[in-house]
Amino acid sequence: MFGFLLRKLATLAPTLLGITLVAFGLIRLVPGDPIEVMMGERGMDEAAHAEMAHRLGLDQPLYKQYFDYVGNLLHGDLGQSLVSHLPVSEEFKALFPATVELAFFALVLAVSLGLTLGMLAALKRGSLLDQGVMGTATVGYSMPVFWWGLILIMFFSVQLGWTPISGRISVEYEVDRVTGFMLIDSLLSGGPGAFASSVLHLLLPGIVLGTSTMAVVARMTRSSMLEVLREDYIRTARAKGLSQARIVVVHALRNALIPVLTVVGMQTGSLLAGAVLTETIFSWPGIGKWLIDSIARRDYPVVQAGILISALTFIGVNLVVDILYGVVNPRIRSQH
Amino acid sequence: MEAVITTSSPPSPLREFWQGFSSNRGALAALIVFALLALAALLAPWVAPHDPVQQFRDHMLQAPVWSEGGTWEFMLGTDELGRDMLSRLLHGGRVSLGIGLVSVLLSLLPGVILGLLAAFYQHSLAPAIMRVMDVMLALPGLLLAICVIAVLGPGLINTVIAIAIGALPGYTRLTRAAALAEIGRDYVTASRVAGAGTFRLMFSAVLPNCMAPLIVNATLSFSSAILETAGLGFLGLGVQAPMAEWGTMLSSARDYMERASWVVTLPGITILLSVLAVNLMGDGLRDALDPKLRRVS
Repeated sequence: MFGFLLRKLATLAPTLLGITLVAFGLIRLVPGDPIEVMMGERGMDEAAHAEMAHRLGLDQPLYKQYFDYVGNLLHGDLGQSLVSHLPVSEEFKALFPATVELAFFALVLAVSLGLTLGMLAALKRGSLLDQGVMGTATVGYSMPVFWWGLILIMFFSVQLGWTPISGRISVEYEVDRVTGFMLIDSLLSGGPGAFASSVLHLLLPGIVLGTSTMAVVARMTRSSMLEVLREDYIRTARAKGLSQARIVVVHALRNALIPVLTVVGMQTGSLLAGAVLTETIFSWPGIGKWLIDSIARRDYPVVQAGILISALTFIGVNLVVDILYGVVNPRIRSQH
Repeated sequence: MEAVITTSSPPSPLREFWQGFSSNRGALAALIVFALLALAALLAPWVAPHDPVQQFRDHMLQAPVWSEGGTWEFMLGTDELGRDMLSRLLHGGRVSLGIGLVSVLLSLLPGVILGLLAAFYQHSLAPAIMRVMDVMLALPGLLLAICVIAVLGPGLINTVIAIAIGALPGYTRLTRAAALAEIGRDYVTASRVAGAGTFRLMFSAVLPNCMAPLIVNATLSFSSAILETAGLGFLGLGVQAPMAEWGTMLSSARDYMERASWVVTLPGITILLSVLAVNLMGDGLRDALDPKLRRVS
C-alpha cells in the first residue's frame, strides 16, 4: 500500500511542476507591461516603474523569478493582493472553508440522493420510477448551473420567502469564527437559531451545485447496479435463499460502488468549476467568487493564487479518490 | 418448383448506423429539436422580427404575448432596455451554437494530431505531450477557460479559444488511448510491412478506426461548450454586451427577475433545451456507433 502511494505521488511531480509554471507564467503572459497591467495605469513614471519592478523582483532573470516564486510558495507565501494589500494566503484562509463547506454539502446531497435513486431505478428497471429518475437525471445533467440557481431563488426565496437569497447566515446572528465552517461555528457560539439559519443559507446553493453530480451518480449507479445484478454470485446468493435486501445491500451495492466512486472523483472537478458560478449567484464568500472578482479587478496575484489553489485542490481530491479506489479494489494496487 | 435465390448483402455502415440511431426515440426527437434550433439560428437575420440590439424605449420589460400586456409585435416580450427577446434569442443562438461548433473543431483537430503523435511515438513524444495534458487536466474545463480569459481578456474570439483549449486534453487522451488499442492489430502491422509510412498509418489506417469514440466525445464537448459559453457570458467574461448571447442575456436579466420573470426563464430554457438535445443525440450516437460502449439499459 505504501509503495502504491509513493508511485502515485511520483507521477504527480511533473503535474505539480507544470501547475506552478502556469500560475507563474500567468501574469507574464498578459499582453502589455506586467507592472502597468498590475498598477492599472499607462505611461508610469520611470523611477516608480523601476522601483515597482525591483520590489516585485521583476528585474531579476526569469529563472530566478520562478525559483523565488516556488520558494515563497513552499513557505506558504502566495504574494500580496493589489487591491486589499493583504497577504493572499490570509484572504485564502478566510474564504477556503466557505467553499469546502458548500462543496461538501453539495457532494453529500448528490451522492446520497444519487445513489438511492440510481439503486431504486435499477431494481425497478423499466418502471415509471425508473423512467422518471433517468429522465430527471438527463435534464439535471444538462442544466445550466447559473440559470438553475436563479430559478430556485425566484421560486423559493422571492415567491415563497422560505430561503434567504445570499450569504452564509442572517445578520442578526453574531457568530465567532472558530473553524471557519459556518455549520460548526454557529452551533458553537450562536445556538440552534443560528444553526438553522446557516442550514437554510446552505440549502439552495448546495442543491444548485450538487444537481449535475447527482444526475451523474444516479446514472452511473443504475448502470453499474444492473451489470452487477446479472453476475453469477448474485444468482448464487439468491439460490442460497438470502433476502432481497441483504443481496442488494451486502452483495450487489459494494461491487456496484467501484465505478461510482471513480465518477464521484471526476465530479469534484465539475464541483470546483460549478462553485465559481454558484458562489457568484448566491454571493457566497468562497474561493470561486474571489477568483472571478479578482479577474474583474485585475488583481493578478490573487488570480494566480486562485488558479493554483483550484488545481491543487483538484489534484489532491483525485489523489484521495485514487487511494480510496486502491483500498476498495485491491486488484488496482497490484497493477502497474 | 422454382428455387428462389436470394442474395443478401450486409447493410451499408451508414444504413446500419441510421437504424441504430433512429431506433432510439429520444435521440431522434433530440435530433429534430436540435435541427430546428440550428435552423432558427442560421436564419436569424431573416426570421427575427426586430434588430436584436434595437431599443424600443416605449416597450421596456413588456410581457410576452400570452400574459397580460403582451402584444404580437414582441411575441416573447422585451428586456430591460426594450429589446425584442425573440430576436435576441435567435441571434444569440448564432453566437452560442457558432462558438460551440468552432471550438469543437479547434480542439478536435490539434487534439487528434497530438493524440496520434503520442500513440505513434510512445517513447520520444508521448511523455512530453501527456505531461502537458496532465497539467491542463488539473484545471477542470470552465476554470481552465477562465484562466485563459484572465490572460487574453473577455470577448467572442477569446471565448472560442478558451473553450477550445479547455477541451483539448480530452481529445488527446481519447485519441491516444483509441490509437494505442489499434496499433497492435494485424491490419496495422500488415500495412506497415507493406511499406506504409507513419503519416499514412496514422491517418488512413488507424484514425478511421478511432472515429466512433471521437464523434461521441465531439458531441458531448459541443454541449459543454454551449454551457461554458453561457457560463462565461453570465460571469461577464465571455461575449460582451450589447451582442446577444444566451448567458450574457441572463446576467443582465437577474436584476429584473422579480418584475419580469420571462427575461430569466426564456434564455435559460433555450440553453437547457439545446444542451439537452445535444446530450440526448450524443447518447444515441454512442449506442449506434459503438455497441461496446453501450450502457446497460
